[in-house]
Amino acid sequence: MSSLIALELMINGDRMRVSAEAHWTLLELLRYEIGLTGSKQGCDKGDCGACTVLVDGKPQLSCLILAGTAPGKQIQTIEGLQPAHRKAGGTGLDPVQDAFDRCGALQCGFCQSGMMLSARALLNENPTPDRAEIREALSGNLCRCTGYTQIVEAVELAVAESVGAEPKTPSWAKDKPWTESLSSKKGGGDQ
Amino acid sequence: MLRLPKFNLVSPKSIDEVVQALADSKGRGRILAGGTDLLPNLKHEFIEADIVVSLGEVDELRGIEVSADGGLSIGPLTSLADIASNEHVLRIAPALAQAAGTVAGPQHRIMGTIGGNVMLDTRCQWINQSHFWRSSLGFCLKKDGTACHVVEGGSRCVAAASNDTAAALASLGASLDFQNAPTEHGDGKRTLEFEALFKADGAWNKKVTPTELLTRIHIPATPRGHRGGYVKLRLRGSIDFPLLGVASRLDLDEAGKIEHADLVVIALQARPTRVRKAAKLLIGTTPGQANYDTAVAQVMDAAYKQCTPLPNIPGDHEWRQEMVPVYVKRALAAALG
Repeated sequence: MSSLIALELMINGDRMRVSAEAHWTLLELLRYEIGLTGSKQGCDKGDCGACTVLVDGKPQLSCLILAGTAPGKQIQTIEGLQPAHRKAGGTGLDPVQDAFDRCGALQCGFCQSGMMLSARALLNENPTPDRAEIREALSGNLCRCTGYTQIVEAVELAVAESVGAEPKTPSWAKDKPWTESLSSKKGGGDQ
Repeated sequence: MLRLPKFNLVSPKSIDEVVQALADSKGRGRILAGGTDLLPNLKHEFIEADIVVSLGEVDELRGIEVSADGGLSIGPLTSLADIASNEHVLRIAPALAQAAGTVAGPQHRIMGTIGGNVMLDTRCQWINQSHFWRSSLGFCLKKDGTACHVVEGGSRCVAAASNDTAAALASLGASLDFQNAPTEHGDGKRTLEFEALFKADGAWNKKVTPTELLTRIHIPATPRGHRGGYVKLRLRGSIDFPLLGVASRLDLDEAGKIEHADLVVIALQARPTRVRKAAKLLIGTTPGQANYDTAVAQVMDAAYKQCTPLPNIPGDHEWRQEMVPVYVKRALAAALG
Protein backbone atom coordinates (compact mmCIF):
# COMPACT_ATOMS: atom_id res chain seq x y z
CA MET A 1 0.00 0.00 0.00
CA SER A 2 2.51 2.55 1.10
CA SER A 3 5.55 3.42 -0.93
CA LEU A 4 8.63 5.49 -0.39
CA ILE A 5 8.14 9.23 -0.11
CA ALA A 6 10.94 11.72 -0.71
CA LEU A 7 11.65 14.01 2.24
CA GLU A 8 13.89 16.99 2.67
CA LEU A 9 14.80 17.32 6.34
CA MET A 10 16.91 19.70 8.40
CA ILE A 11 18.82 17.55 10.85
CA ASN A 12 21.46 19.11 13.10
CA GLY A 13 21.66 22.05 10.72
CA ASP A 14 22.27 19.88 7.68
CA ARG A 15 19.82 19.63 4.81
CA MET A 16 19.24 15.96 4.05
CA ARG A 17 17.32 14.32 1.23
CA VAL A 18 16.05 10.94 2.34
CA SER A 19 13.21 8.64 1.49
CA ALA A 20 10.94 6.97 3.97
CA GLU A 21 7.78 4.94 4.08
CA ALA A 22 4.66 6.69 5.34
CA HIS A 23 4.47 4.52 8.45
CA TRP A 24 8.06 5.11 9.56
CA THR A 25 8.63 7.17 12.65
CA LEU A 26 11.23 9.91 12.78
CA LEU A 27 13.14 7.75 15.28
CA GLU A 28 13.29 4.83 12.84
CA LEU A 29 14.41 7.15 10.05
CA LEU A 30 17.15 8.69 12.23
CA ARG A 31 18.46 5.40 13.52
CA TYR A 32 18.07 2.98 10.65
CA GLU A 33 18.31 5.14 7.53
CA ILE A 34 20.50 8.07 8.53
CA GLY A 35 22.57 6.19 11.11
CA LEU A 36 22.14 8.66 13.96
CA THR A 37 21.78 6.06 16.70
CA GLY A 38 22.21 8.47 19.63
CA SER A 39 18.42 8.76 19.93
CA LYS A 40 17.40 5.60 21.74
CA GLN A 41 14.51 3.30 21.04
CA GLY A 42 13.15 2.52 24.48
CA CYS A 43 9.46 1.86 25.00
CA ASP A 44 8.56 3.04 21.47
CA LYS A 45 5.19 4.30 22.73
CA GLY A 46 5.97 7.63 24.32
CA ASP A 47 6.45 6.59 27.94
CA CYS A 48 10.19 6.77 28.51
CA GLY A 49 11.66 9.83 26.74
CA ALA A 50 14.79 8.00 25.52
CA CYS A 51 14.00 9.02 21.92
CA THR A 52 13.70 12.73 22.75
CA VAL A 53 14.94 15.08 20.04
CA LEU A 54 14.57 18.84 19.73
CA VAL A 55 12.03 19.89 17.11
CA ASP A 56 12.24 23.64 16.48
CA GLY A 57 14.05 23.83 19.83
CA LYS A 58 11.42 21.97 21.86
CA PRO A 59 11.84 18.44 23.24
CA GLN A 60 9.61 15.97 21.44
CA LEU A 61 9.35 12.18 21.24
CA SER A 62 10.70 10.97 17.91
CA CYS A 63 9.03 7.57 18.34
CA LEU A 64 5.66 9.33 18.05
CA ILE A 65 6.46 11.60 15.09
CA LEU A 66 5.87 10.31 11.58
CA ALA A 67 8.95 10.89 9.46
CA GLY A 68 6.66 12.22 6.73
CA THR A 69 5.55 15.11 8.95
CA ALA A 70 9.11 16.24 9.80
CA PRO A 71 10.00 18.34 6.71
CA GLY A 72 10.12 22.06 7.40
CA LYS A 73 11.18 21.58 11.01
CA GLN A 74 14.61 22.01 12.57
CA ILE A 75 15.51 18.68 14.15
CA GLN A 76 18.36 18.40 16.60
CA THR A 77 19.58 15.08 17.90
CA ILE A 78 22.23 14.39 20.53
CA GLU A 79 24.80 14.17 17.73
CA GLY A 80 24.13 17.84 16.97
CA LEU A 81 24.57 19.15 20.50
CA GLN A 82 28.34 19.69 20.50
CA PRO A 83 28.48 20.97 16.89
CA ALA A 84 25.76 23.52 17.73
CA HIS A 85 27.71 24.61 20.82
CA ARG A 86 30.90 25.07 18.77
CA LYS A 87 29.05 26.83 15.97
CA ALA A 88 27.84 29.31 18.58
CA GLY A 89 31.48 30.02 19.47
CA GLY A 90 31.90 27.56 22.33
CA THR A 91 34.76 25.18 22.92
CA GLY A 92 34.81 21.61 24.17
CA LEU A 93 31.52 19.91 24.88
CA ASP A 94 28.15 21.55 25.34
CA PRO A 95 28.11 22.64 29.02
CA VAL A 96 25.26 20.19 29.68
CA GLN A 97 27.29 17.28 28.29
CA ASP A 98 30.34 18.43 30.21
CA ALA A 99 28.40 18.65 33.47
CA PHE A 100 26.81 15.21 32.95
CA ASP A 101 30.29 13.81 32.40
CA ARG A 102 31.80 15.39 35.49
CA CYS A 103 28.87 14.60 37.76
CA GLY A 104 28.65 10.98 36.65
CA ALA A 105 25.04 11.62 35.70
CA LEU A 106 24.59 8.28 34.06
CA GLN A 107 25.02 4.60 34.59
CA CYS A 108 23.88 2.59 31.60
CA GLY A 109 23.55 5.75 29.50
CA PHE A 110 20.35 4.74 27.72
CA CYS A 111 18.33 7.73 28.93
CA GLN A 112 21.22 10.15 28.68
CA SER A 113 20.78 11.62 25.21
CA GLY A 114 17.12 12.37 25.91
CA MET A 115 17.97 13.78 29.33
CA MET A 116 20.63 16.10 27.93
CA LEU A 117 18.39 17.36 25.14
CA SER A 118 15.56 18.06 27.59
CA ALA A 119 18.08 19.89 29.79
CA ARG A 120 19.46 21.86 26.83
CA ALA A 121 15.94 22.92 25.78
CA LEU A 122 15.26 24.06 29.35
CA LEU A 123 18.48 26.11 29.58
CA ASN A 124 17.85 27.72 26.19
CA GLU A 125 14.49 28.93 27.44
CA ASN A 126 15.40 29.60 31.07
CA PRO A 127 19.18 29.92 31.69
CA THR A 128 18.79 29.94 35.50
CA PRO A 129 16.18 27.36 36.48
CA ASP A 130 15.84 26.30 40.10
CA ARG A 131 15.76 22.68 41.20
CA ALA A 132 11.98 22.39 40.90
CA GLU A 133 12.07 23.74 37.35
CA ILE A 134 14.86 21.33 36.41
CA ARG A 135 12.95 18.37 37.82
CA GLU A 136 9.79 19.44 36.00
CA ALA A 137 11.66 19.85 32.69
CA LEU A 138 13.24 16.41 33.01
CA SER A 139 10.04 14.72 34.22
CA GLY A 140 9.31 13.24 30.78
CA ASN A 141 12.59 11.32 30.74
CA LEU A 142 12.84 8.12 32.73
CA CYS A 143 16.12 6.87 34.20
CA ARG A 144 16.14 3.40 35.70
CA CYS A 145 19.68 3.59 37.14
CA THR A 146 20.71 6.81 38.80
CA GLY A 147 17.71 7.80 40.89
CA TYR A 148 17.98 11.18 39.13
CA THR A 149 20.08 12.87 41.81
CA GLN A 150 23.29 13.23 39.80
CA ILE A 151 21.30 14.20 36.72
CA VAL A 152 19.62 17.11 38.49
CA GLU A 153 22.96 18.07 40.06
CA ALA A 154 24.61 18.04 36.64
CA VAL A 155 22.09 20.53 35.29
CA GLU A 156 22.56 22.64 38.44
CA LEU A 157 26.32 22.57 37.84
CA ALA A 158 25.87 23.71 34.24
CA VAL A 159 23.60 26.52 35.45
CA ALA A 160 25.98 27.60 38.24
CA GLU A 161 28.99 27.69 35.93
CA SER A 162 27.11 29.60 33.25
CA VAL A 163 26.48 32.46 35.70
CA GLY A 164 29.84 32.16 37.48
CA ALA A 165 28.28 31.01 40.76
CA GLU A 166 29.79 28.51 43.16
CA PRO A 167 28.29 25.06 42.41
CA LYS A 168 26.39 23.46 45.27
CA THR A 169 28.13 20.55 46.93
CA PRO A 170 26.34 17.49 45.62
CA SER A 171 24.72 14.95 47.88
CA TRP A 172 27.40 12.33 47.26
CA ALA A 173 30.43 14.52 47.97
CA LYS A 174 29.85 15.88 51.47
CA ASP A 175 33.47 15.51 52.61
CA LYS A 176 35.31 15.52 49.33
CA PRO A 177 36.93 18.51 47.66
CA TRP A 178 34.61 17.94 44.75
CA THR A 179 34.87 21.36 43.10
CA GLU A 180 38.63 20.82 42.71
CA SER A 181 38.15 17.50 41.01
CA LEU A 182 35.49 19.08 38.85
CA SER A 183 37.70 21.92 37.66
CA SER A 184 40.55 19.54 36.91
CA LYS A 185 38.25 17.48 34.73
CA LYS A 186 36.57 20.39 33.04
CA GLY A 187 36.97 20.40 29.31
CA GLY A 188 37.13 16.64 29.17
CA GLY A 189 35.65 14.85 26.24
CA ASP A 190 37.57 17.04 23.80
CA GLN A 191 39.75 14.21 22.67
CA MET B 1 10.36 -2.31 19.25
CA LEU B 2 6.82 -1.51 18.19
CA ARG B 3 6.36 -1.00 14.46
CA LEU B 4 3.52 0.94 12.96
CA PRO B 5 1.33 -0.97 10.52
CA LYS B 6 1.43 0.25 6.94
CA PHE B 7 -0.76 3.18 5.88
CA ASN B 8 -0.66 6.14 3.54
CA LEU B 9 -0.03 9.64 4.86
CA VAL B 10 -1.59 12.82 3.56
CA SER B 11 -0.92 16.35 4.84
CA PRO B 12 -3.71 18.69 3.66
CA LYS B 13 -3.41 22.44 4.18
CA SER B 14 -7.03 23.43 4.89
CA ILE B 15 -10.06 22.16 6.80
CA ASP B 16 -11.90 21.57 3.51
CA GLU B 17 -9.07 19.39 2.22
CA VAL B 18 -8.94 17.45 5.51
CA VAL B 19 -12.64 16.60 5.53
CA GLN B 20 -12.48 15.62 1.85
CA ALA B 21 -9.51 13.31 2.52
CA LEU B 22 -11.41 11.76 5.44
CA ALA B 23 -14.56 11.34 3.34
CA ASP B 24 -12.49 9.69 0.60
CA SER B 25 -11.08 7.24 3.15
CA LYS B 26 -14.55 5.65 3.54
CA GLY B 27 -14.16 5.39 7.28
CA ARG B 28 -10.64 3.95 7.05
CA GLY B 29 -8.91 7.28 7.73
CA ARG B 30 -7.59 8.55 11.04
CA ILE B 31 -6.81 12.09 12.09
CA LEU B 32 -3.25 12.79 13.25
CA ALA B 33 -2.78 15.86 15.45
CA GLY B 34 -0.06 15.53 18.10
CA GLY B 35 0.25 11.77 17.57
CA THR B 36 0.76 10.95 21.25
CA ASP B 37 -2.47 8.90 21.42
CA LEU B 38 -2.98 7.83 17.80
CA LEU B 39 0.48 6.39 17.14
CA PRO B 40 0.72 4.16 20.27
CA ASN B 41 -2.80 2.89 19.54
CA LEU B 42 -1.88 2.14 15.93
CA LYS B 43 1.28 0.41 17.14
CA HIS B 44 -0.81 -1.66 19.56
CA GLU B 45 -3.09 -2.48 16.62
CA PHE B 46 -6.38 -1.84 18.34
CA ILE B 47 -7.17 0.87 15.88
CA GLU B 48 -6.56 0.57 12.17
CA ALA B 49 -6.08 3.05 9.37
CA ASP B 50 -5.54 2.94 5.61
CA ILE B 51 -4.88 6.68 5.50
CA VAL B 52 -3.52 8.93 8.22
CA VAL B 53 -4.54 12.55 7.69
CA SER B 54 -1.99 14.85 9.33
CA LEU B 55 -3.34 18.20 10.55
CA GLY B 56 0.15 19.65 11.03
CA GLU B 57 -0.11 22.08 8.12
CA VAL B 58 -3.67 23.29 8.79
CA ASP B 59 -2.87 26.60 10.43
CA GLU B 60 -6.54 27.63 10.70
CA LEU B 61 -6.93 24.98 13.42
CA ARG B 62 -4.47 26.72 15.75
CA GLY B 63 -4.77 29.58 18.20
CA ILE B 64 -6.50 30.85 21.32
CA GLU B 65 -8.79 33.87 20.99
CA VAL B 66 -11.04 35.74 23.39
CA SER B 67 -14.47 35.67 21.76
CA ALA B 68 -16.91 38.59 21.53
CA ASP B 69 -18.84 37.46 24.64
CA GLY B 70 -15.66 37.32 26.71
CA GLY B 71 -15.30 33.55 26.50
CA LEU B 72 -12.65 31.57 24.65
CA SER B 73 -12.46 30.23 21.13
CA ILE B 74 -9.70 27.64 20.91
CA GLY B 75 -8.32 25.98 17.81
CA PRO B 76 -8.08 22.24 18.52
CA LEU B 77 -4.53 22.03 17.17
CA THR B 78 -3.26 24.31 19.96
CA SER B 79 -0.72 22.43 22.06
CA LEU B 80 -1.51 21.48 25.65
CA ALA B 81 1.63 23.36 26.74
CA ASP B 82 0.23 26.53 25.17
CA ILE B 83 -3.18 26.00 26.80
CA ALA B 84 -1.56 25.50 30.21
CA SER B 85 0.41 28.76 30.04
CA ASN B 86 -1.90 31.05 28.05
CA GLU B 87 -2.88 34.18 30.02
CA HIS B 88 -6.46 34.22 28.68
CA VAL B 89 -7.03 30.55 29.57
CA LEU B 90 -5.53 31.09 33.02
CA ARG B 91 -7.89 34.02 33.60
CA ILE B 92 -11.12 32.82 31.96
CA ALA B 93 -10.85 29.04 32.39
CA PRO B 94 -8.30 28.25 35.12
CA ALA B 95 -9.46 24.64 35.48
CA LEU B 96 -8.65 24.02 31.81
CA ALA B 97 -5.14 25.48 32.19
CA GLN B 98 -4.54 23.33 35.26
CA ALA B 99 -5.88 20.20 33.53
CA ALA B 100 -3.80 20.78 30.39
CA GLY B 101 -0.74 21.30 32.60
CA THR B 102 -1.15 17.88 34.23
CA VAL B 103 -1.48 15.86 31.02
CA ALA B 104 1.34 13.32 30.69
CA GLY B 105 4.90 14.73 30.59
CA PRO B 106 6.51 17.86 29.14
CA GLN B 107 7.19 16.36 25.69
CA HIS B 108 3.60 15.11 25.40
CA ARG B 109 2.24 18.55 26.26
CA ILE B 110 4.44 20.17 23.61
CA MET B 111 3.35 17.63 20.98
CA GLY B 112 -0.17 16.85 22.16
CA THR B 113 -3.09 19.09 21.32
CA ILE B 114 -6.24 20.14 23.14
CA GLY B 115 -8.34 18.65 20.34
CA GLY B 116 -6.44 15.40 20.63
CA ASN B 117 -7.07 15.30 24.37
CA VAL B 118 -10.79 15.93 23.85
CA MET B 119 -10.91 13.13 21.25
CA LEU B 120 -8.59 10.81 23.24
CA ASP B 121 -9.49 7.17 22.96
CA THR B 122 -10.65 5.41 26.11
CA ARG B 123 -8.13 3.45 28.12
CA CYS B 124 -8.16 0.09 29.88
CA GLN B 125 -5.38 -2.07 31.27
CA TRP B 126 -6.60 -4.88 29.02
CA ILE B 127 -6.47 -2.90 25.77
CA ASN B 128 -3.46 -0.57 26.00
CA GLN B 129 -1.15 -3.51 25.35
CA SER B 130 0.55 -4.95 22.31
CA HIS B 131 -1.38 -7.10 19.85
CA PHE B 132 0.73 -10.09 20.93
CA TRP B 133 -0.14 -9.53 24.60
CA ARG B 134 -3.83 -9.21 23.83
CA SER B 135 -3.86 -12.20 21.50
CA SER B 136 -2.38 -14.34 24.28
CA LEU B 137 -5.08 -13.33 26.74
CA GLY B 138 -7.98 -13.36 24.30
CA PHE B 139 -9.37 -10.26 22.65
CA CYS B 140 -12.02 -8.13 24.34
CA LEU B 141 -15.08 -6.01 23.52
CA LYS B 142 -12.99 -2.97 22.65
CA LYS B 143 -11.46 -4.68 19.64
CA ASP B 144 -11.87 -8.06 17.96
CA GLY B 145 -13.41 -9.90 20.93
CA THR B 146 -16.69 -10.56 22.69
CA ALA B 147 -15.52 -10.83 26.31
CA CYS B 148 -14.88 -8.13 28.88
CA HIS B 149 -11.92 -8.70 31.19
CA VAL B 150 -13.13 -6.00 33.60
CA VAL B 151 -16.77 -6.93 34.13
CA GLU B 152 -17.35 -10.65 33.94
CA GLY B 153 -20.12 -11.34 31.46
CA GLY B 154 -20.23 -7.66 30.52
CA SER B 155 -21.65 -6.82 27.11
CA ARG B 156 -20.54 -3.21 26.89
CA CYS B 157 -16.96 -1.95 26.94
CA VAL B 158 -16.11 -0.04 30.13
CA ALA B 159 -12.74 1.41 29.10
CA ALA B 160 -12.31 4.74 30.85
CA ALA B 161 -12.38 8.25 29.45
CA SER B 162 -8.93 9.40 30.56
CA ASN B 163 -8.74 12.90 29.13
CA ASP B 164 -7.83 15.37 31.87
CA THR B 165 -9.14 18.35 29.93
CA ALA B 166 -12.57 16.74 29.43
CA ALA B 167 -13.42 17.15 33.10
CA ALA B 168 -12.47 20.82 32.98
CA LEU B 169 -14.27 21.50 29.69
CA ALA B 170 -17.44 19.84 31.01
CA SER B 171 -17.36 22.03 34.13
CA LEU B 172 -16.94 25.09 31.91
CA GLY B 173 -19.95 24.24 29.72
CA ALA B 174 -17.85 24.14 26.55
CA SER B 175 -19.22 23.39 23.10
CA LEU B 176 -17.50 21.81 20.11
CA ASP B 177 -17.70 22.49 16.37
CA PHE B 178 -17.33 19.47 14.09
CA GLN B 179 -17.11 19.27 10.35
CA ASN B 180 -17.75 16.52 7.84
CA ALA B 181 -17.46 16.76 4.10
CA PRO B 182 -20.50 18.61 2.67
CA THR B 183 -23.16 16.49 1.00
CA GLU B 184 -26.38 17.28 -0.85
CA HIS B 185 -28.10 17.19 2.57
CA GLY B 186 -26.03 19.92 4.20
CA ASP B 187 -22.74 21.63 4.77
CA GLY B 188 -21.49 18.89 7.13
CA LYS B 189 -21.07 21.23 10.09
CA ARG B 190 -22.53 20.68 13.55
CA THR B 191 -22.03 21.93 17.07
CA LEU B 192 -22.30 19.72 20.15
CA GLU B 193 -22.53 20.65 23.80
CA PHE B 194 -19.43 19.18 25.42
CA GLU B 195 -21.19 16.51 27.44
CA ALA B 196 -23.34 15.51 24.47
CA LEU B 197 -20.13 14.32 22.79
CA PHE B 198 -19.83 11.31 25.05
CA LYS B 199 -21.72 8.05 25.33
CA ALA B 200 -21.31 5.21 27.82
CA ASP B 201 -19.56 2.79 25.47
CA GLY B 202 -15.83 2.44 25.92
CA ALA B 203 -15.35 0.80 22.50
CA TRP B 204 -15.92 4.28 21.02
CA ASN B 205 -17.22 6.72 23.60
CA LYS B 206 -18.17 9.56 21.28
CA LYS B 207 -21.26 10.43 19.29
CA VAL B 208 -19.16 11.59 16.36
CA THR B 209 -17.24 9.19 14.15
CA PRO B 210 -13.43 9.03 14.25
CA THR B 211 -13.41 10.71 10.83
CA GLU B 212 -15.36 13.79 11.92
CA LEU B 213 -13.04 16.75 12.34
CA LEU B 214 -13.15 18.86 15.51
CA THR B 215 -12.67 22.41 14.23
CA ARG B 216 -13.21 24.67 17.25
CA ILE B 217 -13.69 24.56 21.02
CA HIS B 218 -15.87 27.30 22.53
CA ILE B 219 -15.91 28.18 26.21
CA PRO B 220 -18.58 30.64 27.36
CA ALA B 221 -17.56 33.67 29.38
CA THR B 222 -17.10 33.03 33.08
CA PRO B 223 -18.22 35.57 35.71
CA ARG B 224 -15.78 37.77 37.58
CA GLY B 225 -15.99 35.56 40.67
CA HIS B 226 -15.28 32.35 38.72
CA ARG B 227 -12.86 29.90 40.31
CA GLY B 228 -11.81 26.62 38.77
CA GLY B 229 -9.42 23.82 39.63
CA TYR B 230 -8.29 20.41 38.46
CA VAL B 231 -6.44 17.75 40.42
CA LYS B 232 -5.32 14.34 39.32
CA LEU B 233 -4.52 11.08 41.07
CA ARG B 234 -1.60 9.19 39.55
CA LEU B 235 1.25 7.03 40.75
CA ARG B 236 4.03 9.22 39.35
CA GLY B 237 4.06 12.99 39.18
CA SER B 238 4.52 12.89 35.43
CA ILE B 239 3.71 10.96 32.24
CA ASP B 240 0.85 8.93 33.75
CA PHE B 241 -2.75 9.06 32.65
CA PRO B 242 -5.18 9.89 35.47
CA LEU B 243 -6.27 7.15 37.83
CA LEU B 244 -8.85 9.71 38.85
CA GLY B 245 -9.27 13.37 37.91
CA VAL B 246 -11.56 15.96 39.44
CA ALA B 247 -12.42 19.36 37.98
CA SER B 248 -14.17 21.89 40.19
CA ARG B 249 -16.02 25.07 39.44
CA LEU B 250 -17.10 27.67 41.97
CA ASP B 251 -18.66 30.98 40.88
CA LEU B 252 -18.66 33.47 43.76
CA ASP B 253 -20.80 36.59 44.04
CA GLU B 254 -19.35 39.91 45.16
CA ALA B 255 -19.76 39.01 48.82
CA GLY B 256 -17.82 35.77 48.28
CA LYS B 257 -20.88 33.50 48.45
CA ILE B 258 -21.06 30.55 46.04
CA GLU B 259 -23.70 31.13 43.35
CA HIS B 260 -22.87 28.19 41.11
CA ALA B 261 -20.87 25.04 41.76
CA ASP B 262 -19.93 22.04 39.69
CA LEU B 263 -17.72 18.97 39.97
CA VAL B 264 -16.77 16.62 37.14
CA VAL B 265 -14.84 13.39 37.66
CA ILE B 266 -12.85 11.65 34.94
CA ALA B 267 -11.23 8.20 34.55
CA LEU B 268 -14.09 6.25 36.08
CA GLN B 269 -16.01 4.98 33.08
CA ALA B 270 -16.43 5.71 29.39
CA ARG B 271 -17.71 9.24 29.88
CA PRO B 272 -17.01 12.04 32.33
CA THR B 273 -19.10 11.81 35.51
CA ARG B 274 -20.81 14.99 36.64
CA VAL B 275 -21.30 15.14 40.41
CA ARG B 276 -23.94 17.83 40.06
CA LYS B 277 -26.26 16.99 42.93
CA ALA B 278 -23.40 16.87 45.38
CA ALA B 279 -21.90 20.10 44.05
CA LYS B 280 -25.23 21.89 44.58
CA LEU B 281 -24.76 21.48 48.34
CA LEU B 282 -22.08 24.17 48.10
CA ILE B 283 -24.42 26.82 46.68
CA GLY B 284 -25.18 29.57 49.18
CA THR B 285 -22.16 28.85 51.36
CA THR B 286 -19.14 31.11 51.70
CA PRO B 287 -15.59 29.73 51.53
CA GLY B 288 -13.76 30.51 54.74
CA GLN B 289 -16.93 30.20 56.83
CA ALA B 290 -18.18 27.21 58.78
CA ASN B 291 -21.17 26.59 56.47
CA TYR B 292 -18.74 25.99 53.58
CA ASP B 293 -16.67 23.49 55.55
CA THR B 294 -19.82 21.59 56.54
CA ALA B 295 -20.97 21.55 52.91
CA VAL B 296 -17.58 20.32 51.67
CA ALA B 297 -17.78 17.35 54.05
CA GLN B 298 -21.25 16.53 52.69
CA VAL B 299 -20.06 16.90 49.09
CA MET B 300 -17.14 14.55 49.74
CA ASP B 301 -19.51 11.96 51.13
CA ALA B 302 -21.99 12.30 48.25
CA ALA B 303 -19.22 12.11 45.63
CA TYR B 304 -17.87 8.96 47.25
CA LYS B 305 -21.30 7.34 46.94
CA GLN B 306 -21.86 8.44 43.34
CA CYS B 307 -18.41 7.55 41.95
CA THR B 308 -17.69 3.85 41.65
CA PRO B 309 -14.41 3.16 39.81
CA LEU B 310 -14.08 -0.15 37.97
CA PRO B 311 -10.94 -2.32 37.70
CA ASN B 312 -10.52 -0.96 34.15
CA ILE B 313 -7.38 1.15 34.49
CA PRO B 314 -4.35 0.50 36.70
CA GLY B 315 -4.62 1.22 40.40
CA ASP B 316 -6.80 -0.72 42.81
CA HIS B 317 -10.37 0.39 42.14
CA GLU B 318 -11.38 0.37 45.78
CA TRP B 319 -8.44 2.62 46.60
CA ARG B 320 -9.46 4.89 43.71
CA GLN B 321 -12.92 5.17 45.24
CA GLU B 322 -11.42 6.02 48.63
CA MET B 323 -9.50 8.76 46.87
CA VAL B 324 -12.66 10.33 45.37
CA PRO B 325 -13.54 12.45 48.43
CA VAL B 326 -9.87 13.33 48.97
CA TYR B 327 -9.54 14.63 45.42
CA VAL B 328 -12.91 16.39 45.54
CA LYS B 329 -11.63 18.32 48.55
CA ARG B 330 -8.33 19.05 46.82
CA ALA B 331 -10.08 20.16 43.62
CA LEU B 332 -12.17 22.64 45.59
CA ALA B 333 -9.04 23.89 47.35
CA ALA B 334 -7.26 24.19 43.97
CA ALA B 335 -10.13 26.33 42.68
CA LEU B 336 -9.93 28.69 45.62
CA GLY B 337 -6.13 28.84 45.24
